[in-house]
Amino acid sequence: MTELLGILTYPFMIRALIAAVVTGLAAPAVGTYLVQKRLSLMGDGIGHCAVTGVAIGLLTHTSPTWSAVVVAVLAAVAIELIRERGNTNGDLALALLFYGGIAGGVMITGIAGQSAQTLQSYLFGSLLTIAPSDVVVTVALALTVLVACLGLGPQLFAVSQDAEFARVAGIRVRFYNVLIAVLAAVTVTVAMRTVGLLLVSALMVVPVATAQQVTRTFRTTLAAAMGLGLVASVGGLVAAAWLSFAADVAPGPAIVMLALACFVVSWPLGAWRRHRQRLREPFAALEPLGHDVTDAHPHTHGDDCGHPAVPHGDHVDYIHDGHRHAPHGEHYDEH
Amino acid sequence: MSTVIEARGLSVSIGGRPVLRGIDVAISDGEFVALMGANGSGKSTLVRALTGLRPLITGEVRLFGVPLGRFRDRQRLGFVPQRPSAAGGVPASVWEVVSSGRLTRRPFLRPLRSIDRAAIRNALEIVGLEDRAGDGVATLSGGQQQRVLIARALAGEPELLFLDEPTAGVDLANQVALAEALRQLKDKGATIVLVAHELGPLAPLVDRAIVLRDGRVAYDGPPLGDHAVPETLGGEPHTHHHGHELLQARRQHAPQVTSPLDSRPEEGR
Repeated sequence: MTELLGILTYPFMIRALIAAVVTGLAAPAVGTYLVQKRLSLMGDGIGHCAVTGVAIGLLTHTSPTWSAVVVAVLAAVAIELIRERGNTNGDLALALLFYGGIAGGVMITGIAGQSAQTLQSYLFGSLLTIAPSDVVVTVALALTVLVACLGLGPQLFAVSQDAEFARVAGIRVRFYNVLIAVLAAVTVTVAMRTVGLLLVSALMVVPVATAQQVTRTFRTTLAAAMGLGLVASVGGLVAAAWLSFAADVAPGPAIVMLALACFVVSWPLGAWRRHRQRLREPFAALEPLGHDVTDAHPHTHGDDCGHPAVPHGDHVDYIHDGHRHAPHGEHYDEH
Repeated sequence: MSTVIEARGLSVSIGGRPVLRGIDVAISDGEFVALMGANGSGKSTLVRALTGLRPLITGEVRLFGVPLGRFRDRQRLGFVPQRPSAAGGVPASVWEVVSSGRLTRRPFLRPLRSIDRAAIRNALEIVGLEDRAGDGVATLSGGQQQRVLIARALAGEPELLFLDEPTAGVDLANQVALAEALRQLKDKGATIVLVAHELGPLAPLVDRAIVLRDGRVAYDGPPLGDHAVPETLGGEPHTHHHGHELLQARRQHAPQVTSPLDSRPEEGR
């Protein structure tokens, strides 16, 4: 334990923690809009393309972060424009872009004479490679993403919910669609050092999937996803640091596994809640066909009798062994 | 009475095929117009052209006297698109969906003012869903979700409302609720353009019917009665409409990577 506390105070670890905090908040914020647009895999596609960006940085001996930002933004805008054409095969066109991105990245890395090991630290995250200047850039970009996602929330919500409606209402739909794509691209590169390019999409999407198991409104989904993202990224980072005494654990996989664990815990809760909701859904307000009195009924239905009480018109029916019992004077009617 | 919508010589093509040809329509302030016709006759396309969602090949559209390209008073328009559901990929409450219809009126980057809240509440009351405001949209029935989409358009307090098949796949009770909402709006003097296959409970509200057949106006005049389109005008007496024509559209199985060079196919799906 003291070893863990020791490692947490190393300067590189503090830098990694700062990066993890801002990434954990920003990634699910963008991710919520992507999931709402049913583009859960967009982050993954941008991540694949960013691999080429990193490789170009390695080849030209410039900052891989900045070349990754440039390529990721270009890829995101390209994906958005192809998608905007809105034909059924858009997903296939996107797949072509994804594989081109990762194949190009691995190939250019080889041409640059760099080892797969170098690329790996970008693919799955690496604690040790975060330089102080990286932290400044990461925090600045992540804050930009957060301000845009929260400040422009109503516009982004309207555009993601129903683009045609938003267009008729005079909202600049293409601008906001491209904005979401660019924010996603920026988030991908921000998360590159902590989670890694191949896993960043998980941090964008998994907390949202977890949150929506138990939420009803968009606002709470967004907030809960950000909270879960924070817990997963900081928790995963600390877990990776702790496990590093025993084995070589990259932070990216640890963060994603923790996020998935949260989902596995929340899923049964959501399933139970949905089941309960279905059970309590009001019956159609139709009059019963006739006056059917139930057989001798020793049980008295009430608020806490254990039988679901379902609204039916102006009264409630109690669900009892596959029957619907409605109180009627001294007896129960079959409804 | 002033003219709210004026279309002259309007033609629209989709993927190079002419869908609407030489449409001339003028709709006056306060009219309730039903756009009718068989599947593929171009009713929805006409609404999409009038709202600016679909570019014109030739002709001109003026809304409130202003050419569509320069029309900026978007808060005067309301649009209820044809949707099987009001839900997106993330849970959203009825209140949240309806309040997105208020964006045209509320100031940029500012929270909802009390006047905005009142308008949203009022829209929910008109469609009879005020007690469901906090519920998730996805938990509502199909007909109730359709009413949410209408409330969303009403929240912007439009003077001109377009509805694309709001009654498709909606049960009678919900159609009655919907008709009541539209009656209230009509009483306030709004102009309403409704695309419909069957009018049902909406029939008493309609002032005028425009029937399209194969992309041209086949009839323009007083309403024709409920099951409305005579066979001579392309009506199909025994078919029932199931809402989502687009689902049956032919699929192409080649990856359309070159599509950015073509004109747009069906947008926004």
